[in-house]
Amino acid sequence: MSYYVIIVGGGNVGIQLAKRLIARGHETVLLEKDSRQAQKLGNLLGDEHIVYGDGCDILVQKAAGFKRADIVVSVTGEDEDNLICCQLAKEVWGVNRVVARVNDPAHEAIFREIGIDDTVSATGIIFSLIDQQISSDELVPVGHLHKGHVEIVESTLGEKSRLIGQAVRDITLPQGSFIAYVFRNGAGMQVNGDTIFETGDMVVAMVPTARAEELRSVFADIA
Amino acid sequence: MKVVILGCGRSGASLALQLAAMNHQVTVIEKSPESLRRLGKTYPCRIVLGNGLDLDTLEKADIKDCNAFFAMTRGDNTNLMAAQIVQRNFRIERVAVKVADPLRAEAYRKLGLFTINAAALLAGMCRDWLLGEEFKPIDHYNVDGVEVEL
Repeated sequence: MSYYVIIVGGGNVGIQLAKRLIARGHETVLLEKDSRQAQKLGNLLGDEHIVYGDGCDILVQKAAGFKRADIVVSVTGEDEDNLICCQLAKEVWGVNRVVARVNDPAHEAIFREIGIDDTVSATGIIFSLIDQQISSDELVPVGHLHKGHVEIVESTLGEKSRLIGQAVRDITLPQGSFIAYVFRNGAGMQVNGDTIFETGDMVVAMVPTARAEELRSVFADIA
Repeated sequence: MKVVILGCGRSGASLALQLAAMNHQVTVIEKSPESLRRLGKTYPCRIVLGNGLDLDTLEKADIKDCNAFFAMTRGDNTNLMAAQIVQRNFRIERVAVKVADPLRAEAYRKLGLFTINAAALLAGMCRDWLLGEEFKPIDHYNVDGVEVEL
């Protein structure tokens, strides 16, 4: 299925995103407010994919076809521009799916309060990657689903993990969570009730974000 | 009254000076120290240096105790974002937002913000001055009159 995707902000993020979407066959338009940069983008991606103008200007939005957009993605370097662009897309044009880049993680709250649920924060992602590197023991968050209500976590079981030697059916998980997958000796394997955990297993689980702490204690080492 | 003004450009500074002259307690939030020259040699108000989109900065300006908040930077989007942060985090009686783009001003007026479009205001007052009409309340001038078919 092909979508009409409008990307606002022709910096690195916008360009890479546009390239991939065009390659996938989606109807893609990239908005850029700097005329020189817009010209460069035209040479790079093809003029038919570029609209020169301010992505927060309602007239530019009209010309770019916000009304029939399936998705509007605002990825400029300025949070205020991304916020207003997405808010106008939702409120003025009725776009169902808006995605905003949030540069300052402290701003995520206001995006959410305004109803822009899909935010991407490079700072946040890099921070959680650093977190993964330094937290050797337990549960590492690798992603979110359902607007942040569900967390995907992974854990590599050490010798002392209380799960070693136990079968999946015998462990009690927090409500709403489950073991999705186990990587053993570099290969993925499906999990059923009979699967017995071994040292070195990399376990992938899904858990409601509110219950992530409970799951942490399930995976904890024997004291 | 206690008033917080975001942005010490021409309009923000002028508002700060006018209110301070009437003995209202004014706090100005501004990120570039250079702009403070507009307040004269001895500032008649409190200054908080910082970004008005940061909660920390807003709290430093004692925003929760103020009667009114004005978003007066030259950036429409900065003003609209700051006003919404203030509206959703603090209970302020009056929040006013300067928006230079008439269409954006109109769109956010419909969403419930009190937006002020300087161009429409100026044009309307010029019109009434020319025609010898009496000046009217701000809402009367605040509408640009340009309708865009969506």
